[in-house]
Amino acid sequence: MTVVQDTAAGFQSAALTGGRSLRQIIWARLRRDRVAMICLVVLVLFYLIGIFGPIVGGMVGIDPYKFDSASISDNAGKPVLDWGGISAAHPLGVEWGTGRDIMAQLLFGLRISLVIATSATLITVAIGTVVGIIAGYSGGWTDSIIGRFMDLVLAFPFLLIVLALSGVLTQRLTQLGVPEGNPSRILYLILVLSVFGWPYLARIVRGQVLSLREREFVESAVAMGSSKRRILFTEILPNLWAPILVYATLTLPAYIGTEAALSFLGVGVLPPETTFGAMLATSVTYFNVVPTYLFIPGTALVILVVSFNLLGDSLRDALDPKAIH
Amino acid sequence: MTNQTSDVLDVTDLRTYFPVRSRGLIPRTIGAVKAVDGVSLSLDAGETLGLVGESGSGKTTAARSILMLVRPTGGSVKIDGEEITDLSARKLMPIRRKAQMIFQDPYNALNPRHTVGAIITAPFKVQKVVPPGGVKKGVLELMERVGLNPEHYNRYPNEFSGGQRQRIGIARAIALRPKLIVCDEPVSALDVSIQAQILNLLRDLQKEFGIAYLFVAHDLAVVRQISHRVAVMYLGKIMETAPRELIYSRPLHPYTHSLLSAVPVPDPKRQAHRKSRIVLHGDLPSPIDPPSGCVFRTRCFQAQERCAVEVPPLVELAPGHHVACHFPIAVEDLPARAEVQALTADDPQEATPDVQIVSREEAADGAAGAAGKGRGAQEEALDEGGAAEEGVSLNKPRA
Repeated sequence: MTVVQDTAAGFQSAALTGGRSLRQIIWARLRRDRVAMICLVVLVLFYLIGIFGPIVGGMVGIDPYKFDSASISDNAGKPVLDWGGISAAHPLGVEWGTGRDIMAQLLFGLRISLVIATSATLITVAIGTVVGIIAGYSGGWTDSIIGRFMDLVLAFPFLLIVLALSGVLTQRLTQLGVPEGNPSRILYLILVLSVFGWPYLARIVRGQVLSLREREFVESAVAMGSSKRRILFTEILPNLWAPILVYATLTLPAYIGTEAALSFLGVGVLPPETTFGAMLATSVTYFNVVPTYLFIPGTALVILVVSFNLLGDSLRDALDPKAIH
Repeated sequence: MTNQTSDVLDVTDLRTYFPVRSRGLIPRTIGAVKAVDGVSLSLDAGETLGLVGESGSGKTTAARSILMLVRPTGGSVKIDGEEITDLSARKLMPIRRKAQMIFQDPYNALNPRHTVGAIITAPFKVQKVVPPGGVKKGVLELMERVGLNPEHYNRYPNEFSGGQRQRIGIARAIALRPKLIVCDEPVSALDVSIQAQILNLLRDLQKEFGIAYLFVAHDLAVVRQISHRVAVMYLGKIMETAPRELIYSRPLHPYTHSLLSAVPVPDPKRQAHRKSRIVLHGDLPSPIDPPSGCVFRTRCFQAQERCAVEVPPLVELAPGHHVACHFPIAVEDLPARAEVQALTADDPQEATPDVQIVSREEAADGAAGAAGKGRGAQEEALDEGGAAEEGVSLNKPRA
């Protein structure tokens, strides 16, 4: 017995240094994936800009609310200079009609776009995952009731409801203590995106759980005496990260787009605040005359969306224990 | 089978039915698949009971019902003397420490997202047990014990071969020092050389910790290697149960004969000299609507009118040798070539009336008693030669 103990103690140090944790393995795999690293850097930059851009911008004197009447012509509001008024003072041009700096608007708008899309995605993933796991693992009546409820949610005409309820619910949020105006409108957007988004993920998760719960490692956990909670969140959940992550990385850019569409329809943030979507919506009007105004926020959006999608892809590969590496 | 209070496992009249529901808006129960229908068995500490039968005979369902992985419809399961069939999941939890399971498919039985260390740690965490020296040390010792390199603590299951994975599963099963391990075809998914290693490991662990195994398998050679006793299942019922060597040398149930005769002999000469080759025709009857009387009668070469009417009880024809058959038959009495048809036994005269068997059993009483004791002493029972002799002396050829 002492011999066994000695070797076990000897191996202990080897085990601590020899093995790598799951996070280390995933990180090592991601590091080797050049596309993933580029996307990661881009996304980190976007988030840093979203968080600190307005602060730093304010300090160096970039102001998205400042009208620059000198940069636009008096009668139509068209930027005086070519390429949408690109100049040393306005590196990305100025807004039609007001002369506001587009770069400043991008910096400030990115923050709102990211806040809306990220929060809505997190809530969607949280609700969708928990509901999906419970429905899939419980089966029977629980599954049926949750399933019918999801059908009900999905049957709502999303756009119509969002437009119709916008006024009433934004007011209600204000009554509940959320500051009036844009904060209420942003919260409303986050809520409707999440409320109508989770059933899609819940269905994917439920399907995966249906097959996972028949696997013998779940039975083994039952035979051990594991609680239901442990089975759901320790045994089953880690096997769902791949679909959840892929879904999240597709949902986040989709929400940025949806937010843009809703802003276009007047549900989104109000001027002078702006988002990528609101900027795109405004710029469409002037596309024939000043195409750069559309291309600049458009390009920013495309880079953001593509980075998310590519990173999601790489993450899925890195998370797959059977992936060739 | 002696029913002592010290039995690690005591199963009485276990029944597991799966409801068959009609399709439609309001499903109604229109029948039941009788996967396990009245199985009784028991296990002493340190004993291995092999449970054999063809696919669909209900042996896996029986194993799962015993561990309450499938809730049985009726009957009693006592683990270490404690009735567990009517316990809630919460009350069952502490008892689960005493009974663990090893699964058939080592690829499915280990969570692909957990490291080996996490997998073997799980039983300690779930049952809140801390082995002397700490959990991690206990896990490393377990890995060492089952022949895994403890350096692989942080590896994932997909990095291991089938045999190594099965070792991980075994380490997890023995972590809490259970009294009973239900092995559901633990070596069926492994190649033959690995099978032997795993069987030896299981046997060593049994000697070391006195674990009782319920060993479910369809491979008769594997069962012969590891079991002290063997139970043969067919369509949810136990057909015959006997000490290992008796099952192989002196089977009495027609179904056991047919199973044994289906084992290929890797020697053409011996194969040619085999007395009989019993071929079963058709498939298992549907467990939704099993045959009346004896469930095996539709494929039995011994079947007669009585078999359709009367369910044969499991009768002890020799000490420790239980047979559920109206017309048990000894090896010597087998027809030269029995082709099995429903209720068309070629020679009713060939059928051995059970009276005759009982008289023979009386003659062999002394020897069989020795066989019964033999399974207490595992080392001896594992020695095939000794047990085989007992088997030969038990049932002398009919005069």
